[in-house]
Amino acid sequence: MSVNITSYLLVALILFCVGLYGALTKRNAVVVLLSIELMLNAVNINLVAFAKYGLFPAVTGQIFTLFTMTVAAAEVAVGLAILIALYRNKVTVNVDEMDSMKR
Amino acid sequence: MDTLMQYAWLIPLFPLLAFIVIVSFGRQLKEGAAAVGILLTAVSFGLAALTFWQRFQEGASDYAFSLDWLQVGDIVITMGFEVNQLNAMMLVIVTLVSLLVQIYSKGYMHGDERFPVFYQYLALFTFSMLGLVISPNLLQVYIFWELVGVCSFLLVGYYYFKPEAKAAAKKAFIVTRIGDLGLFIGICLLFWWTGSFEFAQIFDSIALGKLEPWMITLAAILIFVGAVGKSGQFPLHTWLPDAMEGPTPVSALIHAATMVAAGVYLVAVTYPLFVASDIALNVVAYVGGFTAIFAASIGLTQRDIKRVLAYSTVSQLGYMMLALGVAGAAGYVAGTFHLMTHAFFKALLFLAAGSVIHAVHTQDVFEMGGLWKKMPVTALTFLIGCLAIAGIFPFAGFWSKEAILSAVYEAHRFDLLWLAIIAAFFTAFYMFRLFFLTFAGEPRGRHDGHESPGVMTGPLLILAVLAIGAGFVNTPYAPYLTEWLLSGETGEVITAAFGEGTGHAAAWLQVVALLVSLLGIVLAYLMYGKRYIPADAIPETMPWLYQLSYRKYFIDELYHHVIVRPLNWLGLLLDLFDRYVVDGLVALTASITRGIGSLHARAQNGQVQSYGAVVLFGLLLLVVAISLTAQGGGFFGQ
Repeated sequence: MSVNITSYLLVALILFCVGLYGALTKRNAVVVLLSIELMLNAVNINLVAFAKYGLFPAVTGQIFTLFTMTVAAAEVAVGLAILIALYRNKVTVNVDEMDSMKR
Repeated sequence: MDTLMQYAWLIPLFPLLAFIVIVSFGRQLKEGAAAVGILLTAVSFGLAALTFWQRFQEGASDYAFSLDWLQVGDIVITMGFEVNQLNAMMLVIVTLVSLLVQIYSKGYMHGDERFPVFYQYLALFTFSMLGLVISPNLLQVYIFWELVGVCSFLLVGYYYFKPEAKAAAKKAFIVTRIGDLGLFIGICLLFWWTGSFEFAQIFDSIALGKLEPWMITLAAILIFVGAVGKSGQFPLHTWLPDAMEGPTPVSALIHAATMVAAGVYLVAVTYPLFVASDIALNVVAYVGGFTAIFAASIGLTQRDIKRVLAYSTVSQLGYMMLALGVAGAAGYVAGTFHLMTHAFFKALLFLAAGSVIHAVHTQDVFEMGGLWKKMPVTALTFLIGCLAIAGIFPFAGFWSKEAILSAVYEAHRFDLLWLAIIAAFFTAFYMFRLFFLTFAGEPRGRHDGHESPGVMTGPLLILAVLAIGAGFVNTPYAPYLTEWLLSGETGEVITAAFGEGTGHAAAWLQVVALLVSLLGIVLAYLMYGKRYIPADAIPETMPWLYQLSYRKYFIDELYHHVIVRPLNWLGLLLDLFDRYVVDGLVALTASITRGIGSLHARAQNGQVQSYGAVVLFGLLLLVVAISLTAQGGGFFGQ
């Protein structure tokens, strides 16, 4: 059975919106990081979907997704490291208490 | 020897140099500033005297020199200097009086804290006045005209810690500004109609009949308005008596001998303009005549020695205007002649009064008296000054006043003649009232008069000699000055318009003038010298008349209520408008901007998530905007 590209894009959209909502509203920095991962994955789904059903189907999209995931893994490692460093400094993981940009 | 006149431009520059030196090194020089001022003014005087002598010897033609200053379209505005009969005489008068006043001030101002500043102002004034005198065009005249006004303001307000001096300085400046405005409009109109500021070209245009008669009349009257302001003629005379708040040498130099005479000089220098308009001449004559008698009648009752002299100055300036206004070669000569003699004897009177004030520390004549023995030189020179101004033979004032009366008589202006004769009677009376109250009788008040130092009596003696002798330059029997003044280019215009005129018409007029003056003196002697006639007879029998004169016809009060008050109200109104409407608008703009700013500052809260939300919102806006404007929604599609 063939699934319509629209369905893939719809899933990606929902995933992206859930991620965006989480990133903008959650207080816990860990949850915010998770939400960002969700958004990233939504993008990945898009890439794969276009690679298969797009106007010019090619394997590039799928390979690119692998790279993205690798980079995302590295980025999460760095992100968590920063988070731990912040926690050690401020003894909190609440995003709304991290307002040192204001000063 | 023609070279000397070419260097006449140096004459004003020496006082300017003195000004610069004293400004730069005043603190170091201290009272040495006087030496700088005196020395450089003396050089100026020497040069002026030599120039005058050379012209007198050789009867040289007028010398004019000018440089292009500005070019506007086809019109070139020039700067330069001019030496002619009239201003060669003025140069000598100004430098001489300035020199004597500066010598005198060395004694008078001794010990004053701001001694160098005083000399600084005097030097600047001398420079401006000399610059005014040698200016060949109206624009330059106007520049220096304002400069002398500023110097007058500075010097009247020299004792700025006294509120009266401050008020007087402001009054002097503002009231003369009213006249200056007239002069300014007059200059602009003349420039508009003739395309030039140069005296020579303006006079040429008039001679060629390029101007309508009403234009000439209007321009002449406007220039006369400037002269009215500067020379303290009615109705702008009120500032001059108040200007006596300045130091006495200043009153002598600026408010008696030179600056106030600038108005008379201006009329004399633009005389061809007035000659071309009978109406303008009549205005000059009647304003002058009225001022002469009006100010003299105020002078009768004043108690302040300097104020009496001030009103006498106003009255004498009125005399000069009267002489200029009655037209004719004789009037022109008589006006300038009186200008010269008046410069000497009035400077003398002021300096002698200064010497008295210096000794007794009061200006109220009713607190003086009996000073004849204590300060003989001052008393003698003051007496000479009084005799000169009263017009007693053979003092300087006799010849010049008689010249004026003759000119008026010759022009058959008998109404003005009567005014002049009555004013002469008043003059003799109040001057000798002053003399007897100050020097005769018993000392009143607690003071210990003593003669002033030689540095002050020296200038007095020199001026006294001039007050005696200056009249002989133009006696009916040897009218040197008449010939001299009428030989210039301006003189030719005047003679062409009116004929030569004998200048000294009737012998009986001399006798009448002399008798009237003597009558005034005798009356003053009886009232204040011997006290045969009680001095308060008139105040008691006719208090309203006395009050009218003593309170200066309530002119100051009138101006205060009719002009100053409404203007103050208007000013207050405009101030409110400015404060609440104009400033309000400005404040509104500022507070709106500040409000928007603080709104944005609140958004700047350091929360990453809210920044993210804003970015999202912005993106959405962008998307919506683009999809709405893009043709056929084709942005996302094909």
